[in-house]
Amino acid sequence: MKISFWLNGVKREEEVAPDTMLLEFLRSLGCSSVKRGCETANCGLCTVMLENRPVLSCSTLALRVDGKKVVTLEGIQKEAEEFGAFLAGEGAEQCGFCNPGFIMNVFAMLRELSNPTEEQIKEYLAGNLCRCSGFVGQTRSILKYLQYKKSQEEEA
Amino acid sequence: MLKIKNYVKVESIEEAWQLNQKRTACVLGGMVWLKMGSRNVSTAIDLSGLGLDTIKETDDAFVIGCMTPLRDLELHEGLNCYTRGAMRESLRHIVGVQFRNCATAGGSIWGRYGFSDVLTMFLALDTCVELHHGGIIPLAEFVRMPKDRDILVNIIVKKTPMKTVYLSQRNTKTDFPVLTCAVSVTEDKVRAVYGARPARAMLLEDEKGILSGFSEMSEEERENVISAFAGYAAEHVPTAGNMRGSEEYRTLLVKVLTKRALKAAGGMKDED
Repeated sequence: MKISFWLNGVKREEEVAPDTMLLEFLRSLGCSSVKRGCETANCGLCTVMLENRPVLSCSTLALRVDGKKVVTLEGIQKEAEEFGAFLAGEGAEQCGFCNPGFIMNVFAMLRELSNPTEEQIKEYLAGNLCRCSGFVGQTRSILKYLQYKKSQEEEA
Repeated sequence: MLKIKNYVKVESIEEAWQLNQKRTACVLGGMVWLKMGSRNVSTAIDLSGLGLDTIKETDDAFVIGCMTPLRDLELHEGLNCYTRGAMRESLRHIVGVQFRNCATAGGSIWGRYGFSDVLTMFLALDTCVELHHGGIIPLAEFVRMPKDRDILVNIIVKKTPMKTVYLSQRNTKTDFPVLTCAVSVTEDKVRAVYGARPARAMLLEDEKGILSGFSEMSEEERENVISAFAGYAAEHVPTAGNMRGSEEYRTLLVKVLTKRALKAAGGMKDED
């Protein structure tokens, strides 16, 4: 079946089988940041933005993005790089496999909550599992990133 | 593995109903549960083009479209104001934000899953479901019905004045609950609902009238009837064991969560 959608701001027309999941579909289009983790809708590694909402691409039919906007980590490289430095600075990147999904959800959170508390951060990111670390470094990296953005705004 | 032969984004509920009469057809909700099974679907029926993904608030009810994501229920100001935050509490522990953006209200209710926080919460409210052919029926009745080929269109929550409290016990954050408990207190009635027993959620009627006049009681009187009702619930709510908890543990939880929920609904401090 033919679908038409926007991938990272670029309009695409693609053929897709009825049972192809968005995860496989995006990876076949070269978006290798979208990781296959648990495939049971639990780990958040496959998170992408669909119409500005974070969703699990492992559980979304590719056909359902017809006419919609999809953003993967490839589409937010600049912001991801900036935040990624904070993640690395706190030693929270570890093996790196969960990072793309985690970063996508961090930016989804920052769209919804402009100045989240530590408690809100933990709740929002509860669906992103990391098997290397204990989430302490990740939380710290977000708090430091927020502080940095705030100081940048104040300077401007 | 889930296999789908044909996919149809329907243009009307009637079209969906017609297609769904074939046993191998399947109506898609959020798909988070469906895709984990091994199933050959002849026609996947997608309702996402029918505008059923909204919550409409009227003077006397909330009409929740079957395709409304759980995340929208969680964030809905009107629903949370009406349930005093119980709606959000019942949803915020379900996996993660991304999951709740995918999973739908209709999928959760139609599935009548044993583990469902959503079913427990809605059973505690004055809820009806609107079925395309079956019409509008109380959720408590729908829960007991065998699954058929009808289509769930809307979930209707009447704004009956009540205090609602939702509690759940989990072994670990974001896991399935070991037990869910929701109570609602109206002027003349108390409803107590238990889910993840691990069987599907059930409404416990206060047949002995233990909680009669609960809203007008003094704090001391409430303490006594709450203990009595918690004991009654532990005796009358069937539980069983599974990998998350034993039958005995669940029965203990029925007692504890009932007490806590009723105390919270009655505006009392939990000192246990």
